Amino acid sequence: MHSFVQNFPFISIILSLFGGPLSSILGGKKAKYLNIGIIVLIGCLSGAVLGFVYTNGAYVYSMGHFPAPWGNEIRVGVLEAAMAVFFCMIMLLCMLGGIVEREAEVYETKQNLYYIMVNLLLCSLLALIYTNDLFTAYVFVEINTISACGLIMCKQNGRTIEAATRYMIMSLMGSGLFLLGICFLYDLTGHLLMSNIQESVAAISAAGTYHVPLMIALGLMAVGLAIKSALYPFHSWLPDAYGYSTVSSAAILSSLVSKGYIFLLIKIFYRVIGFNVVRESKVINVLFVFGVAGMIMGSLSAIRESNIRRMIAFSSVAQIGYIYMGFGLGTYEAMIASTYHILSHAATKSLLFIAASGLTDASGDETDFFSLTGAGFRNKMAGIAFTVGGLSMVGFPMFSGFISKMLFARAAVLNSGKMMPTLIALAISTILNAIYFLKTVIRLYTPAKTQNLEKDSFRQISVSEQPWKNVALLFFVILNFALGLFSEPIVALIRNGLGMFA
Amino acid sequence: MSRKIPEEQYEKTRSYRLKQWLYGTKDPYLDNVEMQPQKPFVEELVVTEERAKERAFIFEEAFREENARNRIWNKLYRAFSVIFCITLVLILVYGVSYLPIVGNPDNPVNNEVAQRYIENGLQETGAVNIVTGMILDYRAFDTLGESHVLFIATCTVLMLLRRDKKIGNPDITYYDEDPNDYTHEPENDLILQIAAQVLVPVIMIFGIYVILAGHLGPGGGFSGGAIIGAGLILYLNAFGFEKTEKFFTAKTYKRMSFGALGCYCMAKSYSFYTGANHIHSIIPLGTPGAILSSGLILILNICVGIVVAGTMYTFYVMFRKGGY
Repeated sequence: MHSFVQNFPFISIILSLFGGPLSSILGGKKAKYLNIGIIVLIGCLSGAVLGFVYTNGAYVYSMGHFPAPWGNEIRVGVLEAAMAVFFCMIMLLCMLGGIVEREAEVYETKQNLYYIMVNLLLCSLLALIYTNDLFTAYVFVEINTISACGLIMCKQNGRTIEAATRYMIMSLMGSGLFLLGICFLYDLTGHLLMSNIQESVAAISAAGTYHVPLMIALGLMAVGLAIKSALYPFHSWLPDAYGYSTVSSAAILSSLVSKGYIFLLIKIFYRVIGFNVVRESKVINVLFVFGVAGMIMGSLSAIRESNIRRMIAFSSVAQIGYIYMGFGLGTYEAMIASTYHILSHAATKSLLFIAASGLTDASGDETDFFSLTGAGFRNKMAGIAFTVGGLSMVGFPMFSGFISKMLFARAAVLNSGKMMPTLIALAISTILNAIYFLKTVIRLYTPAKTQNLEKDSFRQISVSEQPWKNVALLFFVILNFALGLFSEPIVALIRNGLGMFA
Repeated sequence: MSRKIPEEQYEKTRSYRLKQWLYGTKDPYLDNVEMQPQKPFVEELVVTEERAKERAFIFEEAFREENARNRIWNKLYRAFSVIFCITLVLILVYGVSYLPIVGNPDNPVNNEVAQRYIENGLQETGAVNIVTGMILDYRAFDTLGESHVLFIATCTVLMLLRRDKKIGNPDITYYDEDPNDYTHEPENDLILQIAAQVLVPVIMIFGIYVILAGHLGPGGGFSGGAIIGAGLILYLNAFGFEKTEKFFTAKTYKRMSFGALGCYCMAKSYSFYTGANHIHSIIPLGTPGAILSSGLILILNICVGIVVAGTMYTFYVMFRKGGY
């Protein structure tokens, strides 16, 4: 070891892990400050790590005195560090943006439990990002699942408990399939460490033995993680989980939790199975079909929905479909597009959830479309932010969604076999996105009828009334513009990071 | 030929006592006990009506037109889930049939990883039990995560089931206290109490032994903690909440789990840090076989044991009553 900076990933994981038990003995307020402090600190540490690996290249860090195949190990590259920084940023903004709702909706003596969940969720995300060991990944997938359940049902009413139950059942199904996949791989290769498995898999596929179990293992892991990240036919848990939980939970779940699993799947493709083996398998075709179906069906469900938060949730199904469609294309360019879309969707979806909560605040907590008429005038900042998010989702130039759609289209052109279906699906999905997002934006800026204005539930919310929410929204909007306008260095960073994976 | 005897005389006969014993009005040894026949179940009219109303409501809901459609879907879902499970089983069985044969020495699983665990495990970790050496020293990071899985599971159950006193926020109505909860507890059960008096100390001591000897033989924090947790639950069932709350409350659990997990975190952070930076660790391994040996493993086992015992007990209390 040469530099102290190399310890930072390990320190960030331990810090957030320790934050959980520490929050359990603190009161709600102190736990909140602790949580924010931890997120900021980890963000800074990850930034330092990103700077270090950008100049010095990737490195492995052994967790303990024993070298890799025997002990545990984490691996830090450019993409991992960038993801850690990005996840911390999004999580901080989500926590700040939903602070008022959270304190009203979560029972007072249970506030600190909420922060335990968030700390451990952050820890599990970091561990999923950095780990170089499949079994470690599984352990932290468990933590991720349980804490996500807690985040969904923290606002305890019938809908959220039902949503949490659904989420738990589907998610445990996914974990189970993922675990079975790991078992198959372990039996074939005798290793749990990613780099060692990759060597063995390369040898196996070169020799041609064990082709069937290898494909089954790949399929099980891909489907397991697809269920957990709500790919189209497995998305039934999603709308209620995102639609009824408290705002910061919904934003964190949609932008981070599902992305953590997708990032793990990218790691499995590149660092466990090997991208060439994945490309030759039929599994990516299945992911492609499901992804394309999700892009269209998710949007159709969103159009039919009249509850704004459930609409945003269904739009997540469509966006997850984009990411899996990128995997399905199976080219390097498509992987870059998918990774970029992870960032773009995370930044936009959390923005939309928090903006929507600002808009419903101005409409007497009603979430249906009719009540939202003219809400953009009543809460100006939230209206602007929602418009930015909606335009970004549709793929307007200057916003992050445009860049990811462009990257997908470029990747599709380079793939001769799947070019036409991809481009057609992109076109249809963009139109459908435009229908429901622009419909909402127009609804927001239609002046409300005067008799509605007299109702006291419809109230004007000034910019200074919700300071933290507006700060969070402002940063989200800036982040969206940054992703949209300065995409070149970010794409270069992703390319660099994916290059380090192989 | 029998003849009728007076009542007083009859009460002294064996047949009368047998009859009393049979019908449970009197025990020959303990005198009057609670063996009386149960009273017939009587329900108040209001409750019956309410239930009938609810039943009617459910039927109405179920047979409404839009829900009739749902029933078809429900049937379809059921059929699909069966088909899905069968397909999954078939795929897995098909896959397993291609896997390497179990017990073959040339299998990929028998590689240098397992070899080093078996051959050098004792020297490198100081633990006679190789499994303990693996989970708490070679792969301690996984176990660190695993103990936090238990912790977060307890926290989620606390969030779901703990019924807190109502302060502030009057909008939330579902946390109201039910003062009758203590009365729902069973009466003192003599058989259970005497059995518990004998068993609980033995169970506790056995649990502590399993934890402390985890590095020497079969056992460890997870199994020992489960034994202690079971002992606590037995004690609670025998003697009720009043007795257990003298030494185990929510606060105790909080402090214990924080102390144990914090200790685990600190200890392992030290060993991860020194390991990764190639600094010599000052923790001695001791002589293998002694109780104070194998470096951090003993401490970690104790920490894991505390967390597991607390988790089991808390789960039980939460599902039974929703608070300590």
